[in-house]
Amino acid sequence: MVRLVSGMTVTERQIALVVLLALSLIGLAMAAGGRGDPMGAQGFVVLVFSVGLAFAVMAGYYAPEPDESRLTRYYDDPTKVGIVLTVIWAVVGMAVGVWVASLLAWPELTFVDQAWASFGRLRPVHTSGVIFGFGGNALIATSFHVLQRTSRARLPDQFTPWFVLIGYNLFCIVAASGYLMGITQSKEYAEPEWYADIWLVIVWVVYFLLYLRTLARRKEPHIYVANWYYMAFILVVAVLHIVNNLAVPVSWGHAKSYSLFSGVQDAMTEWWYGHNAVAFFLTSGFLGMMYYYLPKRAGRPIFSYRLSIISFWGITFFYMWAGSHHLHYTALPQWVQTLGMSFSIMLLVPSWASAGNALATLNGAWHKVRDDAVLRFMMVAAVFYGLSTFEGSFMAIRPVNSLSHYTDWTVGHVHAGALGWVAMITFGSLYALVPWMWKRETMYSPKLIEVHFWLALAGTIVYVFAMWNSGIIQGLMWRTYNDGGTLAYSFLDSVEAMHPYYIARAFGGLLFLSGAVVCASNVWLTIRAAQRERRGETGTDVPIVAGAMQAGE
Amino acid sequence: MEIAHDVVVAFSKSWGLFYLVGFSLCVVAYAYWPGNRKAFTRAKMSVLDTDDRPLGDRPLGPEA
Ligand code: HEM
Ligand code: HEM
Repeated sequence: MVRLVSGMTVTERQIALVVLLALSLIGLAMAAGGRGDPMGAQGFVVLVFSVGLAFAVMAGYYAPEPDESRLTRYYDDPTKVGIVLTVIWAVVGMAVGVWVASLLAWPELTFVDQAWASFGRLRPVHTSGVIFGFGGNALIATSFHVLQRTSRARLPDQFTPWFVLIGYNLFCIVAASGYLMGITQSKEYAEPEWYADIWLVIVWVVYFLLYLRTLARRKEPHIYVANWYYMAFILVVAVLHIVNNLAVPVSWGHAKSYSLFSGVQDAMTEWWYGHNAVAFFLTSGFLGMMYYYLPKRAGRPIFSYRLSIISFWGITFFYMWAGSHHLHYTALPQWVQTLGMSFSIMLLVPSWASAGNALATLNGAWHKVRDDAVLRFMMVAAVFYGLSTFEGSFMAIRPVNSLSHYTDWTVGHVHAGALGWVAMITFGSLYALVPWMWKRETMYSPKLIEVHFWLALAGTIVYVFAMWNSGIIQGLMWRTYNDGGTLAYSFLDSVEAMHPYYIARAFGGLLFLSGAVVCASNVWLTIRAAQRERRGETGTDVPIVAGAMQAGE
Repeated sequence: MEIAHDVVVAFSKSWGLFYLVGFSLCVVAYAYWPGNRKAFTRAKMSVLDTDDRPLGDRPLGPEA
C-alpha cells in the first residue's frame, strides 16, 4: 500500500484524500438520509470503503515523493493492482456462477433460509461480478498498459488512473452488495440503482478524458488500432449507460427509482443497451486486447492492419442497430425487428474478419501455438469468437429465435462468448502481461498455465454442449403438439428434462472455476517471487518505504 | 405521434441505406488510401518493438 501511495506526488496524495473525504461524506449522507431504506446500508458500504482507503493513503502520506526519473518510465502501478482485482473478481464471480448453476440443478440447496441466498439475488451478483468485476477490471488494467505502450507516452498523472480503477471497483461493490439486499432496477445488466449509476458516469467520463489526455501526449503519429477498440468501448458504454439509466428516484433518501421510459420504448432502450453492452463491453474492448497481446505474444505483426480497421468500423456501426433481435415476436414494430435481424446477419462479416485476422496472424506459427499455452488461450478465444458470433447471427433470424428464445440455448450462446471468448482472451493476455509487469522471465509455473488451459477448455465445452442440448430440447418440447392439437408436454415436464443438463453445466462450470483458481495461485506466486527477488537484491529485509525507489515501475 | 412515427420510418428506410453505403465507402477508401500505407505498416510493426520506455520530450532522468 505504502509503495503504491509513494508513486504519487504529495499534491496528488492531497487530492486523493480530499476526494476520499468527499466520498465518505456522501456515504454518511446516504446512511443518514436513507435510514429505514436499503439506501442506508449502501451508504455504510461507501463510508467504510472510502474511510478505509483514506487510512491507506495516510499511511503512505509521508513517504518520499517519486523523483523526476519516473517520467522516463511507464506508470504501471494501477495496471498491477487492476490485474490483481481482475483475478479476485474472476474467482468470486465464477464461484457465484457455480453456486447459481447448482441452485438450478438442486433447488433445495438454498440452505440458508434467507432472501439474500435466493437465486434471484445471486444471479445478478454472478453476471455483474464476471462482466463488470472480472471483465471491466481486465479492460481497465490492460487498456492502461496498451495505451501507454502504443502511444509511447506515460499516463499524464498519477492520480487519475487510480480514481478510475478504484472508483470503478466501488461501483462494482455497491452494485453487488445492493443486489443481495434486493436493490435492483430490474433491467438486465443495468441493475444498479440511480446513485450507483451517477457515480459510474463520473468515473467513466474521467476514464475517457484520461484516454484522450494520454493520446494527446502520444509520440506515435498514428493511433494503433487497439486503442480505437478500447476507446469505442469507453465512449459507447458511456452513452448506453446514461441513456438506459435515465430515471427519477423516489426521493434523495430512497434507493428506488422509476425509469423515464415505459412499455415497448423501455424494452427497446434496454435491449439497445443490452446488446451494445455485449458489443462494446464484451467484444470491442476485448478485441483491443486481442489486437495488442496476440501479435505481441506471437512475435508477428497482425495479418492485415487494413482489415482490422474495416472490421472496427463495421462492428461499431452494425452493432448499434442489432439490439431489436432480443425482442422478436413482441409489441415492437415488425420492421424494427427485421432491421435488427438484418444487421445481425451483416455483423457476421466484420466479426469473422476479426476472428480470421487473428487466426491468419498465427498462421505459420502453429508450432508456437502448440508449445505455448498462453498463445493457445488466445487462439481458442479467436475460434470461440468466430463460433459465438456465427451462432448469434443465426439466432437473430426470427424463425430460429422462435425456437431459441427463452431457452437455455441463449445461455449456451452467452457462455460460448463469455467463457470461450471473453475469459480465454483475458486469461491469455494476463499470462502474457503479468511477467512483463513484475519483471519476470515467465509466470511462476508454466505447467500451471497448461493445467488451466485444459480445465478452461474442458469446462467451456461441457458447459456449452450441455446448454445447447437442453435448450433445443426445451424449445422442441414447448412446440410439440399431440393429435388433439394441444401441447404434448407441460412446462414442468420440460423442467424435469433439464435436470441432467443442469448437473453437467454445474460440473463444467466447476472445471472452469478451478482453472481460474489455478490462475489466481499462479499470479500470486509470480508476484511473490518478484517481491522476494527485489528484497534479495537490496540485500537485507529492508523496510517497505525504501521500495519508493521502484514506485514508478 | 402517428405522423412522426411514419416520417421516421420513411426516413430510415430510404436515407438510412444510402448513409450506410456512403459510410462504408469512406471507410474502405481510408483503409486502402495509398498515402496511409506507410503509417499502417509502421503501426503494425511498432507493437513488436521491445523498447519499454516512453519517448520523452522533457529532460531525461538519470537512468535514461
Ligand atoms: C464458472 C463459470 C460459470 C458458471 C458456472 C456460470 C453459470 C451461470 C448460470 C447458472 C447462469 C444463469 C442461467 C439461467 O438463469 O438459466 C449464468 C448466467 C449468465 N452468465 Fe455465467 N457462468 C460462468 C461464467 C461466466 C462468465 C465468465 C461470464 C462473462 C464473462 C458469464 C456471463 C453470464 C451472463 C451474461 C449470464 C446471463 C445470461 C442470460 O441472461 O441469458 N458467466 N451463468
Ligand atoms: C455477431 C455477433 C452476435 C450476434 C448477432 C448475437 C445475437 C444474439 C441473439 C440473437 C441473442 C438472443 C436474444 C434472445 O433471444 O433473447 C443473443 C443473446 C446474447 N448474446 Fe449474443 N450475439 C453475438 C455475439 C455475442 C458475443 C460475442 C457475446 C459475448 C461475449 C454475446 C453475448 C450475449 C448475451 C450475454 C446474450 C443474452 C442476453 C440476455 O440476457 O437475454 N453475444 N445474442
